[in-house]
Amino acid sequence: MKQNLVPALRLTLVTLVIFSGLYTLVLWAAAQALPTHGLGERIERSEGGYFYANIGQVFTEERYFWSRPSAVDYNAAGSGGSNKGPTNPDYLATVQARIDTFLAHHPGVRRADIPADLVTASGSGLDPNISPQAALVQAARVAGARGLEVSRVEALVRQNTEPRLFGIFGKEKINVLRLNLALDAMK
Amino acid sequence: MLLEIVSITLVFAAIVVLAWPLGKYIAAVYAGERHWSDRVFGPLERLSFRLSGIDPSREMTWQEHLRTLLTINVVWFFWSMFVLMNQGWLPWNPDGNPSMTPDLAFNTTASFIVNCNLQHYSGESGLSYFSQIFAIMFFQFVSAGTGMAAGAVVFNAMRQRTAAQLGNFYDYFLKSCTRILLPVSFVATLVLIAEGTPMNLFEGKDTVTTLQGDTVQVSRGPAAAMIAIKQAGTNGGGYFGVNSAHPLENPTALTNAVENILILLIPIAFIFALGFYLKNRRLARVIFGAMTLGFLMILAVTIWSEFQGNPNLNRMGISQTEGSMEGKEVRLGAGFSALWAISTTATSNGSVNAMHDSFTPLGGAMQLLDMMINALYGGVGVGFLNFYIFIILSAFIGGLMVGRTPELLGKKVEAREMKIAMLVALLHPFLILVGTAIAAWLSASGNPMAANWLNNPGYHGFSEMLYEFTSASANNGSGFEGLADNNPFWNISTGIVLLLSRYLPIIGPVAIAGLMAAKKTIPESAGTLRSDSATFGILILTVIFILAALAFFPALALGPLAEHFSF
Repeated sequence: MKQNLVPALRLTLVTLVIFSGLYTLVLWAAAQALPTHGLGERIERSEGGYFYANIGQVFTEERYFWSRPSAVDYNAAGSGGSNKGPTNPDYLATVQARIDTFLAHHPGVRRADIPADLVTASGSGLDPNISPQAALVQAARVAGARGLEVSRVEALVRQNTEPRLFGIFGKEKINVLRLNLALDAMK
Repeated sequence: MLLEIVSITLVFAAIVVLAWPLGKYIAAVYAGERHWSDRVFGPLERLSFRLSGIDPSREMTWQEHLRTLLTINVVWFFWSMFVLMNQGWLPWNPDGNPSMTPDLAFNTTASFIVNCNLQHYSGESGLSYFSQIFAIMFFQFVSAGTGMAAGAVVFNAMRQRTAAQLGNFYDYFLKSCTRILLPVSFVATLVLIAEGTPMNLFEGKDTVTTLQGDTVQVSRGPAAAMIAIKQAGTNGGGYFGVNSAHPLENPTALTNAVENILILLIPIAFIFALGFYLKNRRLARVIFGAMTLGFLMILAVTIWSEFQGNPNLNRMGISQTEGSMEGKEVRLGAGFSALWAISTTATSNGSVNAMHDSFTPLGGAMQLLDMMINALYGGVGVGFLNFYIFIILSAFIGGLMVGRTPELLGKKVEAREMKIAMLVALLHPFLILVGTAIAAWLSASGNPMAANWLNNPGYHGFSEMLYEFTSASANNGSGFEGLADNNPFWNISTGIVLLLSRYLPIIGPVAIAGLMAAKKTIPESAGTLRSDSATFGILILTVIFILAALAFFPALALGPLAEHFSF
């Protein structure tokens, strides 16, 4: 043990310098040369300031598309899922209440048209996306609140549907923030 | 669902295609052959050894290997305890996060020193940037390197010759870090940064006004650096609390594919490396075949179950065509969440891209089974050591069945090796079941300490406790995160389990391999049970499933299976 201790201490110092120090610095420098500059993907606002494209936001107003339920209210100071199990009675009551609320705000929508992602909390609590179906089912409400034709809003949803990577990987999805920004930009 | 299965198959195929040349490369690194990598990494390694006063060419016996390994791990333990308990005043803490309590620092140190990531804190509020980089990420390199070095010692000992000298620990360790982990993670990190993962050094939390005018904060920091190495080294420790479910930690389908490939890449390459190293590719194919068969069976059940969705939500009349979505991210979907869950539990990685607590009961049962077996690929280096124990057990059982003294690769397996193998094999169920029993007793007897542990009632609550001890004993690190685990009971008990379940399963196989290496080689005969035959592969897989079923079926029946049948 004793004859091993001094080399172990010295090697620990050396490896700290290499793997924690130099490695991090080189990556940071490399990040400056990449398009995001290591600051994440941003959406610049015309009135100044910016949003994070990948961090979802809370939308409660009728004139916006709504995001998924979140266990942390989309405050990215932290992150978290509900961690509710599939048979938990309290959880099932919560989902039932979300369905009822949704139906109350969307007259004419059938239960079978509500996709699960709209009434379940995401893993991160910051999910920036909803499924295309989850957007289309809200289109009539949004159009009504803005005095637009439903078909125009539905067309906007389709325009903002991001395809799968190479047509197969991941999911078709909609960035709720981008969609709502596109709505605000509509004349 | 069909598209998901096609894309999952493509990702898995990509892993195998990449793992083959990487395995060849790893074998060359450990064999110490002249190699182009000498020119790239040789100067850095020689400088490191000179500064450390180490002669990397000095050969060690298996006992010296273990002494060296444990000594440097003790040094790291004290370094990490110091950093975590003092991060509040140490530099590079832009968010002003507080120092850890002693029990949490112990749990975190125990977790990361054993290459696990049982994180009883959330990165955003629980660690300074200094701790993230100089404690957590440091461990993600060196504890992975430690496991790989132990694997390399066993490789060396398995060569057919009589030898007591088994290479130099420091040499295996440093080369694992510099030549394997470093380049793989570096390339992957660049992809992550380009796809939107933060890599800023100085700024703390950002404040953003949302479109509706609310004010929220956004955590950030040098996240990208950690994320690639956490996957490549099968540590799994996330920068953010929800790990790779976080849209900054895993922003796109591309990053998800890259990270999932990294989870399995080195564990699979390590098996191929064994084949190249021993010049016995048939043996590697048998091991890979047995592991892959087990892995795919468990994966198939999980994907099927997740796409069924939650029957209770179906009864509410909504559309679950995309599968169970509670705790999952839309950009990833149920299919890639299932692939990830089984990859991460098979390799003792422990990172997650969806909340395991909210998986369907059968999905949760498969995650548990994966960790209870803990040898389908397994963590870098150590996964092979766990499998080695099953090889020894199978050689013994097979030997008894054909009525001969058991042997493996031309060496007799005798009482001493068998005793060690049995102790290591029994340790895992012992730690899991005893730990869970104590926790369940405290919880069921209404002990005030256990009042707020569980986030879910009934069978699922039991599963939360079972998962925590299984994850600790498998050095996995994922969790049913509803469990309130940042308190002295869970911090200390799982911390002890982590340490025992890391070092004993390293000491055991290295000792067995060392003892066997010193024996005389006996020639093969017609009655030899060949370890590189398909029969032997099936025998190993059968032994694994029988052991896991016998030891763990009652616990699984009380938790996830009971929940499944209560739908």
